[in-house]
Amino acid sequence: MNTGHNKPSPIPAAPMRRLERTATLSRRAFLKGGGMTALGVVVVPTTALLASSRDALAQSFQILAPETGKTLLVMARDIFPHDRISDRYYMQAIEPYDKAALADPKLKALLDDGSRSLNTLARQRFDKPYAEVGAEAERVGLLHAIETSAFFQKVKGDLVTGLYNNKAVWPLLGYEGSSWENGGYLHRGFDDIDWL
Amino acid sequence: MAAKFDLDDDSAVVIIGSGAGGGTLANELAQRGVRCVILEAGKHYTQDDIENDEWAMFSKISWLDKRISAGGWHHTKTYPNLPAWIVKGVGGSTVHWAGLALRFLPHDFRTRSTYGHVPGANLIDWPISYDDLAPYYDLAEKKMGVAGSKSSGLPLLPENNHYKVLAEGARRIGYKDIVRPMAINSKPYDDRPGCLQIGFCMQGCKIGAKWSTLYTEIPKALATGRVELRPQAMALQVQHNSKGKVTGVLYVDKDGKRQFQKAKVVCVAGNSIESPRLLLNSASNLFPQGLANSSGQVGRNYLNHTTAAAVAIHQKPVYMYRGTALAAVVSDEAALDTKRGFYGGYHLEGLSLGLPFTAAFMKPGGWGREVTSALEMYDHMSCVWVCGEDLAAEQNGITLHATEKDQYGLPVPVVSKTDHANDAAMRRHGLDQFRKMSEAVGATRVIDMPPYPASHNMGTNRMSAKARDGVVNKWGQTHDIKNLFVSDGSQFASSSAANPTLTIVALAIRQAGYIAGALKRQEL
Repeated sequence: MNTGHNKPSPIPAAPMRRLERTATLSRRAFLKGGGMTALGVVVVPTTALLASSRDALAQSFQILAPETGKTLLVMARDIFPHDRISDRYYMQAIEPYDKAALADPKLKALLDDGSRSLNTLARQRFDKPYAEVGAEAERVGLLHAIETSAFFQKVKGDLVTGLYNNKAVWPLLGYEGSSWENGGYLHRGFDDIDWL
Repeated sequence: MAAKFDLDDDSAVVIIGSGAGGGTLANELAQRGVRCVILEAGKHYTQDDIENDEWAMFSKISWLDKRISAGGWHHTKTYPNLPAWIVKGVGGSTVHWAGLALRFLPHDFRTRSTYGHVPGANLIDWPISYDDLAPYYDLAEKKMGVAGSKSSGLPLLPENNHYKVLAEGARRIGYKDIVRPMAINSKPYDDRPGCLQIGFCMQGCKIGAKWSTLYTEIPKALATGRVELRPQAMALQVQHNSKGKVTGVLYVDKDGKRQFQKAKVVCVAGNSIESPRLLLNSASNLFPQGLANSSGQVGRNYLNHTTAAAVAIHQKPVYMYRGTALAAVVSDEAALDTKRGFYGGYHLEGLSLGLPFTAAFMKPGGWGREVTSALEMYDHMSCVWVCGEDLAAEQNGITLHATEKDQYGLPVPVVSKTDHANDAAMRRHGLDQFRKMSEAVGATRVIDMPPYPASHNMGTNRMSAKARDGVVNKWGQTHDIKNLFVSDGSQFASSSAANPTLTIVALAIRQAGYIAGALKRQEL
């Protein structure tokens, strides 16, 4: 746009191609999300939705104790809390543990025992299991207390890929993933920065 | 058509490794009429196997055989079994390198003369000078299609968003030497296409715009009819005769069978962990300390650059992943300047990470809102990697584990590194400068990151004028055994602040001329 400056202005630059950071509901997420997938349910208050979906996940575990499932889900969110990321993606990070525990009794013991001792600690401090402790800061305090345990390290370590390597999460954080099939970015905004 | 050699054929040069050193050497020898067998430990992936996916490619092509990080460096905690991040596959680490083709500076070849005796370091001068290597740098740049180099004639690559943010910040704090000599085609060159700004350079270039021996040197070498490539051939031992000349290489083939390939000459190019490991594993009655190790320097003086990294969060989006992984490189701090409180110099290299790797490397072990509040600004990030001179020190090196063995039955390599006081000073300086240049363009938060697993591995079979100071002479020929050569970055006598690949390629071209001539003169 000619703004009246003497500086010659080349072809008006197109605005920077910015991404809406919204979820692209993957087929996998859609099929596996259980109650979450009924998009008409958004009228349900968030807390109720979360609580029910957490219970649903916990009940779907076949090898791990239901209590463990619930603990892991809340832990996942407390370890890498993203308010813009729904429980669905934390569930997807946790779900593989149930199957893995079937083949790996040591893993099952690590997760069930770890969950149990976290809940014991929570009951000592707050008189309720970890997942029921209402304040995030209090739950995070409990996690700090077990931070060096093999249980915490295992769950946290796996979440780095379980959450951030989930392609459905990428758009929520502004990452586009594979680009070669779209011809790279040569004609899709590799140099379109407009604010410098 | 590729050649085929009998195991008993003792007329060929056997090259161990097919990366920047081995792959280039094979082609350069073949073009000069010399016949070669390449033993490559990894698989032969092709461009069909390349995905734009950080973890998928990490799992597919990385060298993941067990290694142990030891010594005082950060990696003993952050990456206890991944001291180095390099490739196991045909093409070696040229599959995953970012393509930055910096030359060493003249004083980099004279660290002992330039800095004098540095306590806690084991500096030496190279037995060659910049001027000796300059013509080979020209040849390497032409071969690799280095954008902006005179010898390739290729223009610079265009500036991507990440480049613009870094370069503008750098200029605002007074930097002037902002460069990008990339071995990535800025237009079609050498039967390979121009760059499409795909990103994912370090996951392997899907279209082959970035130079890699995988689809340049190796197929060209095979096309001469003088070279055989054997993937999944893990060298166990270089063997020798009673006169102390090497006779061939014992290896495990793709079916797990032990084979012995006879050789006229053996060239070791397995990267700076595997090359000294192989020489140490080749110990015999005649050479009880390992081959070519009369100096005791095999495996010592391990260099991997003094590195640090950081991300800056800007007020508006950057999308650093759009386009070449390596963006602007600030070279001002690489020049000789001893007034900053440390020896050597460094480059500030804009190096983007995808979201999965940012999550993994930004705060290894970190969690909570401190981490996630930053990751939520991923699309507003710029990212730097500090690449600086690493001072040679004898105790830094590769040794063999006393009891633990890998899947080939070889002792697991222990990679020991302890920072010199110089490293901390340089890191601090580099991270401070990055913070200033980021804030100069309005960054609101800068997060220092620990060093990544080492991608630049150098120095463990270093060149020296005198046999007692190193392992190889100025041609990469071992001081002890005249038909045994080292052809990779383990020859380096200093690290410089430059990424090593261009120098490895230049040395390989130079070495090929020497070996071809010496074979004709029947000196080997």
